[in-house]
Amino acid sequence: MTTIKTHGATALPDYPEAGADDARPRILTQALERVDHTFRGVVTGSGTVVVMVMGLVAVFLTVRSVQALGTEGVGAFLTTQDWSPETGHFGIAAILTGTVLIALVALAIAFPLSVATALFITQLAGDRGSRLLTTVVDLMAAVPSVVYGIWGLSFLEPVVVPFARWLSTWFGWIPLFAVPNPDAANPLPNDALYTSSTFVAGLVVGLMIVPIMTSIMRESFARAPQGEREGAFALGATRWGMIRTVVLPFGRGGVIGGTMLGMGRALGETIAIYLIISPIFQFNFHILSRGTNSIAALIALRYGEASGVTLSALMAAGLALFVLTMIVNFSASAIIARSRSGADAEA
Amino acid sequence: MTTTTFDRTVAPSDPYPGVSRDAAAEVRSELFGESHAGELVADSITAWFGERKVLDRVSLDMKAGEVTALIGPSGCGKSTFLRILNRMHEMVPTASLAGEVRLDGADIYAPAEKITAARRNIGMIFQKPNPFPAMSIYDNVVAGLKLSGVRANREQKDVLVEDSLKKAAIWDEVKDRLDQPGGGLSGGQQQRLCIARSLAVSPRVLLMDEPCSALDPTSTRRVEETIESLRGQVTIVIVTHNMQQAHRVSDKTAFFLASLGTPGVIIEHGDTQAMFDRPQDQRTYDYVNGVFG
Repeated sequence: MTTIKTHGATALPDYPEAGADDARPRILTQALERVDHTFRGVVTGSGTVVVMVMGLVAVFLTVRSVQALGTEGVGAFLTTQDWSPETGHFGIAAILTGTVLIALVALAIAFPLSVATALFITQLAGDRGSRLLTTVVDLMAAVPSVVYGIWGLSFLEPVVVPFARWLSTWFGWIPLFAVPNPDAANPLPNDALYTSSTFVAGLVVGLMIVPIMTSIMRESFARAPQGEREGAFALGATRWGMIRTVVLPFGRGGVIGGTMLGMGRALGETIAIYLIISPIFQFNFHILSRGTNSIAALIALRYGEASGVTLSALMAAGLALFVLTMIVNFSASAIIARSRSGADAEA
Repeated sequence: MTTTTFDRTVAPSDPYPGVSRDAAAEVRSELFGESHAGELVADSITAWFGERKVLDRVSLDMKAGEVTALIGPSGCGKSTFLRILNRMHEMVPTASLAGEVRLDGADIYAPAEKITAARRNIGMIFQKPNPFPAMSIYDNVVAGLKLSGVRANREQKDVLVEDSLKKAAIWDEVKDRLDQPGGGLSGGQQQRLCIARSLAVSPRVLLMDEPCSALDPTSTRRVEETIESLRGQVTIVIVTHNMQQAHRVSDKTAFFLASLGTPGVIIEHGDTQAMFDRPQDQRTYDYVNGVFG
């Protein structure tokens, strides 16, 4: 037990006796202004609506696909290549593979194009040039996908078929680029074998996802700190050396994020693929050869005439696509969160 | 124009054990050829940003191995002048300039000259420390090699890292954590890491743009000691707002001034002692004595 001794002009604080020393944090509240109250309500509401819509879509798809999945079982649904719900024999193995292959081809084309375009806009082009190119790239995003589809089918496909043929002639020893010719009577390579392929569909989708990828990468590259850029140049860096050392490490999050968003779009692209591909229901890993499939295109193709278990099967395919896209996006945010090195260490 | 070559002075006693100065000098000459403090001559430099002229026919001779301080109030064009000395000025899209900058007699703006070579020979330290934050301390020091395409093996790099960090007076503080990111150091350490990074590519001239304005007094003193120890090995040009600092570290001082609406010019330049004790121009006297600025 201590007592307060007062003498002189200063005070020596006396602490509570042992055992009474149990300060606890206060619970802090604040009386909200009316404006803040309204603001909070509106933004919280909007956020909730977005989450609820996502949840409802998931619930709707799940409920509607129960019938189809019930007739066959989830395992068979995931491993069957055929699609004939009428006979109870259907699955997404081939369609899902086709969807992913088209998206991968699209990324293989769009990724280098987007990175290079974003670097050109932010690091090389002058003020006017970069503004112009940004506008043009953004305009690419405004073209409806059905236009891309028609353009791809009527213009691009005839142009790229010779290239596809060249690729398979010289690199056909790589299974991915092989084009088997099933017609024994006409063994010479024939241009029709190279049309409506995963490659052509992927090419068109690749061009469609360039704008979104470019604009996200452009923003992340443009934020590369001026101080470090100048620091690199002051050491005698070449422009490429500076980009490799400062801009690319700093923009890594944007590159990954943009790529994943592009991949999400590629997986879900419908009408352009629908117009270009010739749908088949078996694995086709030969990306240059005719025939592939995609979930979104399948749903667009079959929805009109579907009912009962046929419709439910389409819903199940949609659910699979939904889950796949979710996985892609969540892994993207996980990767970005872990690799923020450059942007993060700036402070 | 005469070219003065400056012999490398070898310290009589090496204050640090480990890599000897001779070994370091040998590695440097293997990687970069003979390098010595360079004489830098600015000849009739005029600079514009767009239509606005910010410097008007400024000439200054920066002797090999000496420390030259550029002083003057904000907006007088001394930073622009400094950035012209290693071709950083032209990074601003609207910037233009006239005149010549000669390093040991050769104009760095000559059409045949490589901009990367000019910047490697004439290093620069910025106001805000700018190490590459995600890179390790070690990699920061040797970043200039990779950036300018000079290949070095592991032993050469080790020697270069130790020598450069010692010259920048930061070796003792970081020698046990060379693999940690450069962004994790304190501001003063980051600035000395930047100095080490510049020294690693063996520049002949080192430009410093208010290198201590973001640092606390202790770090400032360490940087000034670093400048002191580099005297003679590399030509240093330092922009500073701190009169005492200019007085302490420099051999020569140039006073820049831009009157209202006119471009910046050098009012007076000469030996630092004379500039502070008995300047000829009243404005110099007023500025160094803190009457304005």
